[in-house]
Amino acid sequence: MENSPNTYTWMKTYQTYHSVYDPCPPLGTRYYSTPPNLYLGFQPPNLEQFQPNKALKKGTLWPILYDYYENPYEKKRR
Amino acid sequence: MWKYEKKLQYPVKVSTCNPTLAKYLIEQYGGADGELAAALRYLNQRYTIPDKVVGLLTDIGTEEFAHLEMIATMIYKLTKDATPEQLKEAGIDAHYVNHDKALFYHNAAGAPFTATYIQAKGDPIADLYEDIAAEEKARATYQWIIDLSDDPDLNDSLRFLREREVVHSQRFREAVEILKEERDRKKIF
Amino acid sequence: MEQLPQEYYQLLEEIQSVDFVIVELTLYLDTHPDDYNALQQYNQFAAYSKKLKDNFESLFGPLEQGSLIKNTDYWSWSSSPWPWQV
Ligand SMILES: [Fe+2]
Repeated sequence: MENSPNTYTWMKTYQTYHSVYDPCPPLGTRYYSTPPNLYLGFQPPNLEQFQPNKALKKGTLWPILYDYYENPYEKKRR
Repeated sequence: MWKYEKKLQYPVKVSTCNPTLAKYLIEQYGGADGELAAALRYLNQRYTIPDKVVGLLTDIGTEEFAHLEMIATMIYKLTKDATPEQLKEAGIDAHYVNHDKALFYHNAAGAPFTATYIQAKGDPIADLYEDIAAEEKARATYQWIIDLSDDPDLNDSLRFLREREVVHSQRFREAVEILKEERDRKKIF
Repeated sequence: MEQLPQEYYQLLEEIQSVDFVIVELTLYLDTHPDDYNALQQYNQFAAYSKKLKDNFESLFGPLEQGSLIKNTDYWSWSSSPWPWQV
């Protein structure tokens, strides 16, 4: 692999144009997910694994594919 | 054939009696990018796709049925003990009039499930790209439901389901690579 | 109806964890059929899952079609509670 997927971020942002005639105050930054499966390529063998009970909790056996999601707008407000 | 296992794939817990959440969750039950559509899409494509990726479609399609049961469990738990009055407050009075508390294969806006949600082009690359898109759409739907839900236990199960879409998408992407591969040439990682 | 003891949930989650590893390895092996280590690990977990289920089934009844019925005076497969009820 050329790039380690660990160097990527799983959430990206963008801005939208706000017109003087827009009825609502601007929401600000928009977000979208770019999860690890977009970067990993064909999964190499013998990657690090989670323990079984942790894997179940995370939803994957492999840390390299794990991406925790939380509401980005909520996070900003806190 | 299929064998039923008397257990959920992941423990489903719901901490608050908030039937409104059931209204959102139904999207993943009978919606375009829901678990039923996913299971039927993959299992149906198996008959015409090259043998090399039939196993993957079978196994992911089967797992989607386990996810369908998890979604059904969430809806069941959220509505089981709700009074008609509570259902009305939650905005599911129209559903109640039609179905009582029976689950129904429709989306969050009430549109019934349709086979047109499931594409099958017969072209292996077109079908796998369709599957990858379906996984990303299901992942996004889980995000929007998590954004609307403030139930920590429910969100825990929804995060599990969202992560499964990430893994499924990964495997479908690998399936494309397998079909692209030149014959007799060794795989390069 | 009598509620299930905490032990039910603990033992079930152990099975869910082990079976989840099996699901993950299955999908992985579907696209990596020549990964010897993953195959070995798959077999280990398949054997372990069987062991856990044997114990669970002797306490709480059959988990799947074809399971041995350990309590032979009653057909407990069709007994409540079902997975969505617990
Ligand atoms: Fe999926």
